Amino acid sequence: MNAEVIHPQTTPTLAMIRTLGLIAAICGLIIVSAYQGTFDAVQENKRIAVERAVFKVIPGARSIGEYLALPDGRVEKAGAGGAVPAGAVKFYAGYDDAGSLAGIAAEGSAKGYADNVRILFAYDQATSSITAFGVVAMRETPGIGDKILVDKDFLANFPLEAKVAADLKALANAIVTVKHGTRTKPWEIDAISGATITSRAVGKAINDAAQILLPRIGPNLDKLKEKS
Amino acid sequence: MSQPSGILSARNWDELMEGIWRQNPVFVMVLGMCPALAVTVSGINGLSMGIATTFVLVCSCGLVSLLRKLIPKEVRIATYIVIIATFVTVVDYVIQAVSLALYDALGAFIQLIVVNCVILGRAEAHASKNTPVVAMTNAFGMGIGFTIGLLALGCVREILGAGTLFGVSLFGANFQPWVVMVLPPGGFFVLGAWLLLFSALARRKQRKLTEAAQNA
Amino acid sequence: MPESAASIFINALLANNFVLAMFLGLCPFLGVSNKLETAFPMGVATTFVMFVASLCAFGLNLLLSTFHLEFLRLISYIVIIASSVQLVEMVLKKYSPTLFRALGIYLPLITTNCAVLGVALFQTARDYDFVQSVAFSLGGGAGFMLALVLMASVRERLQLSDVPAVAQGTALTLMLAGILSLAFMGFAGLGG
Repeated sequence: MNAEVIHPQTTPTLAMIRTLGLIAAICGLIIVSAYQGTFDAVQENKRIAVERAVFKVIPGARSIGEYLALPDGRVEKAGAGGAVPAGAVKFYAGYDDAGSLAGIAAEGSAKGYADNVRILFAYDQATSSITAFGVVAMRETPGIGDKILVDKDFLANFPLEAKVAADLKALANAIVTVKHGTRTKPWEIDAISGATITSRAVGKAINDAAQILLPRIGPNLDKLKEKS
Repeated sequence: MSQPSGILSARNWDELMEGIWRQNPVFVMVLGMCPALAVTVSGINGLSMGIATTFVLVCSCGLVSLLRKLIPKEVRIATYIVIIATFVTVVDYVIQAVSLALYDALGAFIQLIVVNCVILGRAEAHASKNTPVVAMTNAFGMGIGFTIGLLALGCVREILGAGTLFGVSLFGANFQPWVVMVLPPGGFFVLGAWLLLFSALARRKQRKLTEAAQNA
Repeated sequence: MPESAASIFINALLANNFVLAMFLGLCPFLGVSNKLETAFPMGVATTFVMFVASLCAFGLNLLLSTFHLEFLRLISYIVIIASSVQLVEMVLKKYSPTLFRALGIYLPLITTNCAVLGVALFQTARDYDFVQSVAFSLGGGAGFMLALVLMASVRERLQLSDVPAVAQGTALTLMLAGILSLAFMGFAGLGG
């Protein structure tokens, strides 16, 4: 009987590296092809989704311009690719058929009951108020959290006053969600009874975005008035 | 009489059926639970996740089987994971290109397909030891079984929790939806109920077999 | 005002518990939770891997974003996680062989734990900064451990009860999980 110990065959290192390199190359090729192949379709889908959302909150809009409000107070057109530099806020200007400004729309997000609630709100510079909002994405409880879309009293909160403070650094009054039935000021949002968490998320989302964005809109209004 | 060879051979049919009934990933092996419970709040979501997982299963098992003689056994698990991650990335972009709404609904669980134990398990236990056609057939069967499981969960939760099936309202406007069914606890309860049902059926079959054996 | 680290921690621990609300980490939750003495070390090991994965994912994301290589995100995350688990295995084998043997097959299975990859993916999707990511991963790990320990304690007690044979096993565990999940829904809004 053969008493030798039979050693298990280990793969030599060079062969291993060569094979792993080959596999990495194959996988890399597959990923890059998929990415390039779907890039245009994905961008188009995103564009359509944004357009649909903005047209919904700014009823008079027929076309959109994408802008970035930079930390230094300037406003410039957003480049392709959608990269947002640190501290800048992306917003959309809606233009009517004649090409003049119909309203400004921006995204905000805040934690709701299940996950983040992403909303798009519309701002009318003439009346310094937030006229409407729409939900971009949310995972709130059906029948409870999603009442923010249909509840008449909640929708009656808008238009919401959003005046900018005299020093142009923030809003004159922070937008805040208050308990159902206790709304006294035009910048407060009356929560839906039984759906407080989601209502608060809407208020926080609007406030967080508006505090940074709205003070930067006023001084740059001329740039935005006509579609460029 | 020789067995018909090729795609429709008895062997391949057996491989296909294994995943659908005997070793159903959701009801028998109880694997891949995370996406199974998280996205099945509606029938269409369950179906989409099932199709996406099937695609990743078939492609990964196919590639693993093609490369099975080359992959060094010391790093085979890591290699399988890289291959699976590749196809999951592909699926991720394809879904974005097809429908952003579906992509938002399925959320992070598309990318979590990569840690679905079913796929890694199949690659390790089966694809690495069989030819590509056999491996892909088995993977396809597993995927179908997984999709059936997801559909079973999603449809029940949608019917009870929203009163609709694939978006079509079944009970009219006066139906009071059993909202908890589309919330996390509902997922646990519905899957538990299905497992209870299958367990009861299995025990009944076992009892009948023992009775038949005793009477024989 | 972005979410505070404390609020993220509390949310991940209770209101949005990784296992009971977000359905992450279910395979070990259903598989390892029958004895308290294996459930607890499993929870600790997973939390540690989640923490390391979160740190690495944060760094990787910065790197990939700088070079516009976002499509490599998933592959790089999972490779880092697989490597971290390998590292933890080697460290445990050297410094605590008893623990290594006690955990057995479940240690390498942490690689396929949805919770670990889930931490990395969710923190990227929600754009958390470094402190928020740390709070998120620690809270998630603690939440996972909490759910595991709770389930293990209940299941140990149930072994002495008269459970109908048809319901024993996974079906019972799932029903229990559903009740736990229902209870945890009461924590909604706790994190503020």
